[in-house]
Amino acid sequence: MPWRRVRLVERRSQTPSARSLVFAAPGWPGHLPGQHVDVRLTADDGYRAVRSYSLAAPADDESIELGVQTVPGGEVSPYLADDLPLGADVEVRGPLGNWFVWRTEQPEPVLLVAGGSGVVPLAAMIRAHHRTQSRSTFQLLYSVRTPDDVWYRDHLADGDPRHDVRIVYTREGPPAGARAPGRVGRSDLDGPASRLQPASPAYVCGPTGFVEAVGDLLTDMGRDPATIRTERFG
Amino acid sequence: MNSLSPGFRGRRRSLAERLPPGQYPTESFPVLSAGPTPRVSTEDWAFTVTTERGDTRTWTWEQMTALPQQGIVQDIHCVTRWSKFDTRWRGVPIDAFLEDVATDAGFAVVSSYGGYTSNMPLEDLLDGRAWIVHSYEGYPLSPEHGGPARLLVPHLYLWKSAKWVRGLRLAIEDEPGFWESIGYHSYGDPWREQRTWGD
Amino acid sequence: MADGTVHLDGNCLAGPLSEILAVEPTTAWWRCPECTRSGPLAGLHVYGPEPGLTVRCPGCSYIALRLVREGEHIWLTVGGGSGAFRFSTA
Repeated sequence: MPWRRVRLVERRSQTPSARSLVFAAPGWPGHLPGQHVDVRLTADDGYRAVRSYSLAAPADDESIELGVQTVPGGEVSPYLADDLPLGADVEVRGPLGNWFVWRTEQPEPVLLVAGGSGVVPLAAMIRAHHRTQSRSTFQLLYSVRTPDDVWYRDHLADGDPRHDVRIVYTREGPPAGARAPGRVGRSDLDGPASRLQPASPAYVCGPTGFVEAVGDLLTDMGRDPATIRTERFG
Repeated sequence: MNSLSPGFRGRRRSLAERLPPGQYPTESFPVLSAGPTPRVSTEDWAFTVTTERGDTRTWTWEQMTALPQQGIVQDIHCVTRWSKFDTRWRGVPIDAFLEDVATDAGFAVVSSYGGYTSNMPLEDLLDGRAWIVHSYEGYPLSPEHGGPARLLVPHLYLWKSAKWVRGLRLAIEDEPGFWESIGYHSYGDPWREQRTWGD
Repeated sequence: MADGTVHLDGNCLAGPLSEILAVEPTTAWWRCPECTRSGPLAGLHVYGPEPGLTVRCPGCSYIALRLVREGEHIWLTVGGGSGAFRFSTA
């Protein structure tokens, strides 16, 4: 799979530390929602760094959109998030990954559980589903620390009656929030899980600890482990 | 009055001279891992030297800490390009563990709780060039950095300084360890930039 | 793989393995010889990427695969032992 040069054409802030980056990618072969690319940066002395980033939007012939969360002290993310100039190129390899994907032919209702920046590939799934005539429903449970940490507010409030988005806060919620701030627990998942079919997939994405905790909750609740697909972001 | 001894620096080298080729200095202490962090209590800890004939000698934590301890200040160099100056440790020189050991071996394989290994010529562990260390910057060595005890052999790339050390086996031939068996250099001298097999 | 040093999972191996495998690897099925736990490569625990990738069973940490990039070469062991293959990608 070749590396191809893509040009940064748009940068948008999603949160104080998170960015959407849109790259011009003429001839992009297309991708499935959930897939990622590897991004390669090369320094003047030839030193290279490679990191994976999820595609945030469904396939479009001419451009790709990535979601980048700045990791303090990180080698690559701060550069991509804020320093790569508009009009400059990076190299990407992809699309990658056939495991953590949702295919439009899948008929079952879907559960998506996102922790922080783990929302990126799940947003791609929601946005892809939005374009279909499918009657399946998508439920997203989205865990963030505070209201400032929510990505893609516009995409998540798409008005699609098949989409149910629930945001839970772990540190600090909005005033008069119905749910006290805290980590995702059984009570957050019981309702959404009750609206799934036995073969419904659950896609869980976020930091390693989050993914493992949610995965354990879902299996404890009786979800078939074979229907749970996870992607850890570290 | 004229200036006195301008420019004199004595033996203290500038930081630039202490940086091996291809390295950059860091104030942090990155943690690199090849597996889950072992959790070993000092009650359970043991360090075993095994000769090429299979004879063994083991030290418990009490026995190891009862050996004469040294304060150590050394620069360390990671193959992933970061170097850290003047790191401070406390521990026991490998010389102390090999004092009464009769051996014809020229090499050593150091092994860790969790299965990690690194290899080096025996002489690189002797004459005050290597230690079993248990304290870093005045505190007990944390598990993520190799605690309760790790090997420290700072004149080689830091992957040689096996974390969670549990044993040293003397060997007649050089036996590639964890990283050496998958492309990293068998010796690993930062000053000759011996990072990988082809270097 | 994200910046950071905790383990990720086999999803991030899609790119590196694409240089030496013709088939998509993350959906591959693997059964641990040590503890018999089975599942997709995507679910394995991945440590690294520096100084190399170490891929382990999520149940017992048995090493399934190791991969090191050396310039234009990729070293690979299937399982954790010695006897790595050194592939030339150029």
